[in-house]
Amino acid sequence: MGSEEKDKLVHQEDSILEVSHLKKYFPVKGGFFGGVTGEVKAVDDVSFRIKRGSTMGLVGESGCGKSTTGRTILRLIEKTSGTVLFNGEDVSQADKKKLRELRTKMQIIFQDPYSSLSPRLPVGEIIGEAVRQHNLVPKEQYNDYITQVMLNCGLQEYHKDRYPHEFSGGQRQRICIARALALKPEFIVCDEPVSALDVSIQAQIINLLKELQEKMNLTYLFISHDLSVVEHISDTIGVMYLGGLVETGETEDIFSNPLHPYTRALFSAIPMPDPDMKINRTILEGDIPSPANPPKGCKFHTRCKDCMAVCKEVAPEERDVGNGHMVRCHLYDQG
Amino acid sequence: MKKFLVKRLLISMVLLVFVSMIIYGIMRCMPASFVETKAMELAQKPGAKSYEEWLAQLNASYGLDSGIIQGYFTWASKAVRGQFGDSWNYNQPVLQKFSSVIWYSFALAFSAFFLEIIIAIPAGVAAARKQYSATDYSITVIALIGISLPSFFFATILKWVFAVKLNWLDLYGIVGRMHQQMSPMGQILDMAKHMIMPVATLTIVGIGSLMRYTRTNMLEVLNSDYIRTARAKGLPERKVINYHAFRNILIPIITLLGGTLPGLFGGALITETLFQIPGIGYTSYQCIVLGDIPFVMFYMLFSAVLILAGNLIADILYAVVDPRVRVN
Repeated sequence: MGSEEKDKLVHQEDSILEVSHLKKYFPVKGGFFGGVTGEVKAVDDVSFRIKRGSTMGLVGESGCGKSTTGRTILRLIEKTSGTVLFNGEDVSQADKKKLRELRTKMQIIFQDPYSSLSPRLPVGEIIGEAVRQHNLVPKEQYNDYITQVMLNCGLQEYHKDRYPHEFSGGQRQRICIARALALKPEFIVCDEPVSALDVSIQAQIINLLKELQEKMNLTYLFISHDLSVVEHISDTIGVMYLGGLVETGETEDIFSNPLHPYTRALFSAIPMPDPDMKINRTILEGDIPSPANPPKGCKFHTRCKDCMAVCKEVAPEERDVGNGHMVRCHLYDQG
Repeated sequence: MKKFLVKRLLISMVLLVFVSMIIYGIMRCMPASFVETKAMELAQKPGAKSYEEWLAQLNASYGLDSGIIQGYFTWASKAVRGQFGDSWNYNQPVLQKFSSVIWYSFALAFSAFFLEIIIAIPAGVAAARKQYSATDYSITVIALIGISLPSFFFATILKWVFAVKLNWLDLYGIVGRMHQQMSPMGQILDMAKHMIMPVATLTIVGIGSLMRYTRTNMLEVLNSDYIRTARAKGLPERKVINYHAFRNILIPIITLLGGTLPGLFGGALITETLFQIPGIGYTSYQCIVLGDIPFVMFYMLFSAVLILAGNLIADILYAVVDPRVRVN
């Protein structure tokens, strides 16, 4: 990777997270002796920045590497290459002790509130365990602190001694949020936090997240495949396809002027609550190609209706079309 | 919980009735009964009565002249009052013979059980933590060898190495030649020394399945979302494994171990026979072969009670360790 030296990441003061050329390849094992026969390029050269106190939405269809990106940033999965700077510090250089410290600053809320809470621990312990582990509050304030965090997230004090199975999905997600917040994080990866919930509960949780963001000056990386949710909560948006970012920019820019054919197809698929409204849907043909064997050139060319000869050969470079709106598509080459 | 216990106990009673009925039926139908063997023996003595006469006489005195169903109820009516009669083979009360041999089996099984737990569970956890590593493969291979090869094979190897070649231990028996001359402490040590090889055999044979079981459950738990949550919290790995993951594999392990508790009293027939340990497995095997109905009936019923009790214990423990079950 000779190019890495060239565009060495420069830390910008207002960025909390800077991701540069992040790659995560999973080895594919096969054959008689179980040797490595290939690799799945789950995250392939992803770069972006998030400003402190803002929310970046990461959208894309299932299996495009959104969650892997989130987890690789937090080092829940070790990256293959690339750099992740958190407050200007390289996350991948942190040793075990330093990493545990970083974990309090960078938190994650998982998609499935049913499976991400240990069934064997009471809620108070789930929320408070790590607080004690990291000595975040003095012992005598510990109980009040946990209660306060729970109240902030819409839970009651008497919930402390209950077990996760006694709660509904929405309440469980509140527990997950409280658990993450108890560590006083600066940055939270929200990995499809509302996908498993009812629409009415989704709104409650989204509003809770927004409220907490204002109160505590949090930064979110909001991973979702639900575009209306992302539009509601995000300041900037990144659209992912097959492990790579195809378009990034301010939320308004992307929604009012989607440039990449994939983004357009994605947006035309947003369901409209009005049955009489005629929408001109762009239906994508075929399946998402295998990330173990991505197409040559532009990864999207196999399904793109604007596919040109050049698309099949050359991977497009990232291009700024104004106001930080970046797109990777040969359609905008001439500009 | 109370209701649950009462219900389970009542079901167990019903089961015991059927179990005893079936076993009694089988025992009565076995070819070459105790009485026939004895009649044959007595009839061959010089000047004795004929085989038929002895048979009729012995059948009457052992209570085998009635039908199977009537015989069962005669046995059952005494058994519910705690009268299990005399063992035909040993000519002493069943309970007396039983209590004189059971502790050998228990000591043997308990030591093996204890060793299995302290070896197999950590090994299973270690294998799961480093899945597909050299550690994992070597533990798995050892476990598979333990599961696949029979106990008499190990027993023979152990005997050959430690008794024949090295001459450290006695080939068989529960006490040494000088046992009577030893001090009480020395006698205990002498017996312990004779237990080494049988216990080792039982442990090696039993370790594999528990280890595989631990590994499978641990792998499942380690891949679950809440372990990822625990790691994301920034907990040390030690705490993730010992506190979060281990708690969750306790349920299946306790259920499994609860089920094996009766085995502690059930005796290890093959191992006891190989090392000539006069335990319950060895004794009851001889009684089964000879058709000693009172002893076999008691032993079988005792085993059935242990299995039912084991399942009940497992269910209760299950509730203790799993908060989700506890509430209901």
